[in-house]
Amino acid sequence: MTVQLTDEERGLIDGARGPGVAMAMRLVQRLGEAMGATELRPISGAHIDSCLYHGQSGLDFVNALVDGGAEVVVPTTLNVSSLDLLHPELFLGDEETRTSATELMDAYVALGCEATWTCAPYQRQVRPTLGDDVAWAESNAIVFANSVLGARTHRYGDFIDIAAAVTGRVPNAGLHLTENRYASLVVDVRQLSAELLATSAVFPMIGLLVGRAAGNDIPAVVGLPPTTTEDDLKALGAAGASSGSLAMFHAVGLTPEAPTLEAASGGHVPQRTISVSAADIRAARDELSQTTSTTLTSVNLGTPHYSVSEIGKLHRAMTGKTVHESVAFYVSTGREVLAEAGLRGWVAPLEAAGVTFVTDTCTYITPIVRDTTGVAMSDSAKWAYYAPGNIGVESVFASLGECVESAVAGRIIRDDRLWA
Amino acid sequence: MQVPVRCIVRGTVSAPAIVLDEPVSFWGGFDSHSGCIIDQQHPQCGLSLTGAVVFMRSGRGSSSASSVLAEAVRLGTAPAAFVLQETDEILTLGSLVAEEVYGTVTPIVIAGDLADIEPGQTVTIDGDTLTL
Repeated sequence: MTVQLTDEERGLIDGARGPGVAMAMRLVQRLGEAMGATELRPISGAHIDSCLYHGQSGLDFVNALVDGGAEVVVPTTLNVSSLDLLHPELFLGDEETRTSATELMDAYVALGCEATWTCAPYQRQVRPTLGDDVAWAESNAIVFANSVLGARTHRYGDFIDIAAAVTGRVPNAGLHLTENRYASLVVDVRQLSAELLATSAVFPMIGLLVGRAAGNDIPAVVGLPPTTTEDDLKALGAAGASSGSLAMFHAVGLTPEAPTLEAASGGHVPQRTISVSAADIRAARDELSQTTSTTLTSVNLGTPHYSVSEIGKLHRAMTGKTVHESVAFYVSTGREVLAEAGLRGWVAPLEAAGVTFVTDTCTYITPIVRDTTGVAMSDSAKWAYYAPGNIGVESVFASLGECVESAVAGRIIRDDRLWA
Repeated sequence: MQVPVRCIVRGTVSAPAIVLDEPVSFWGGFDSHSGCIIDQQHPQCGLSLTGAVVFMRSGRGSSSASSVLAEAVRLGTAPAAFVLQETDEILTLGSLVAEEVYGTVTPIVIAGDLADIEPGQTVTIDGDTLTL
């Protein structure tokens, strides 16, 4: 398969904007050939995950772009890095990593990316909208963009995200094409009680089950209540992109490409249906709560980054309470969201109550949690899924209410009525 | 015996085959310093992939696998080539970037089911042709 280039694209390969953009254009073209595309497509924005340090090769690549004179040509946001630039003392890793991670972050800013350092760029005031083609990396952002915003991004990752941003092009393939966005699996949650569906903690559990069932299918979830929030859909998508490779889902009656099941599935209602029961939800929770210990050492909220409304919920839950001295309580969020929450008067009281805000990075990808013995609690299925492997903790998934009660008491407290 | 393959990353290489029972996730499952599988759940955990033509059904896991493959190429611990049964964009990008930045080509081709391949037998890949 050959990708046909326009004269302008051919010019980029020939060096019209320098060797950095020429390299990026070769990558976009060759990836397009691997994907079976016959042409490229312009994008209106990008979100970059390559700014997280994995080793020298990432630096060598971005330096080739910078030295080759490349600059982004579309508005481009940056995902989390390994460091918290606003609270540098929180980073407990080695100096060599700190130096290399800083160099990597600086290089991406030098290419013209905005220093947003968040995995939730969809929480910004300006964000893509229905039908916009973008090149987003970071699995939770990809699934949110496609599902909740109705923007179109394929499952992009390291290197191709920035290559797309400096060329303004992606392969015309995958989830950019309407026919690849239709539902091919129905996930029916109508068996779940109204009480359970009114609990935020149920959404990441539905997400875990959806991600596991979907495989390469795009699921349409039927039966989510009209009260479902963007935060709930964020948690569902992030969990599904952890337990599986979910890049898009439809929530019938809620998401923009799913006014009805028929519309979500392009007129052909999928044959494959799975039903989710309360027992399935409990089993999913139990899988992410494998510990016999009740010794709590940390609570970790904000994966993906907490929104303004989630910080508000935490503020209400913590009013009049103080975190126990044996527990470290972290909330990861974007620097723009933290500033907004500060203006609303929520940050100072939470800090006074013992909450530590982490920006620009996340507690499950870099050494910040100061005590990794004992049990770490999180209201995020994604955190509970990845943190044991990444930072060596024993993790327990719980609702926000359970996390707060446990942090105050200094030991794990479960409220099983929630999950009945 | 010659087998037609679909070339994803073009190159020429001749090396012994390693056949993986299950796909390995390069991010979290492979150590770029040692070149070995480190996923404790993988049936071939501990096996070195360095310099081999790796037969694997598909790619697996996080998009950061691109970075791990590029890093392995930089360190000289990467496989010599991949033979997959379905296209994998993440390994493809790792290979393409390593070619751009380090000038080392790690060919990737797509073949049908090659169940009768013998581990250790020499495999030659030349563009769209695979020779056993």
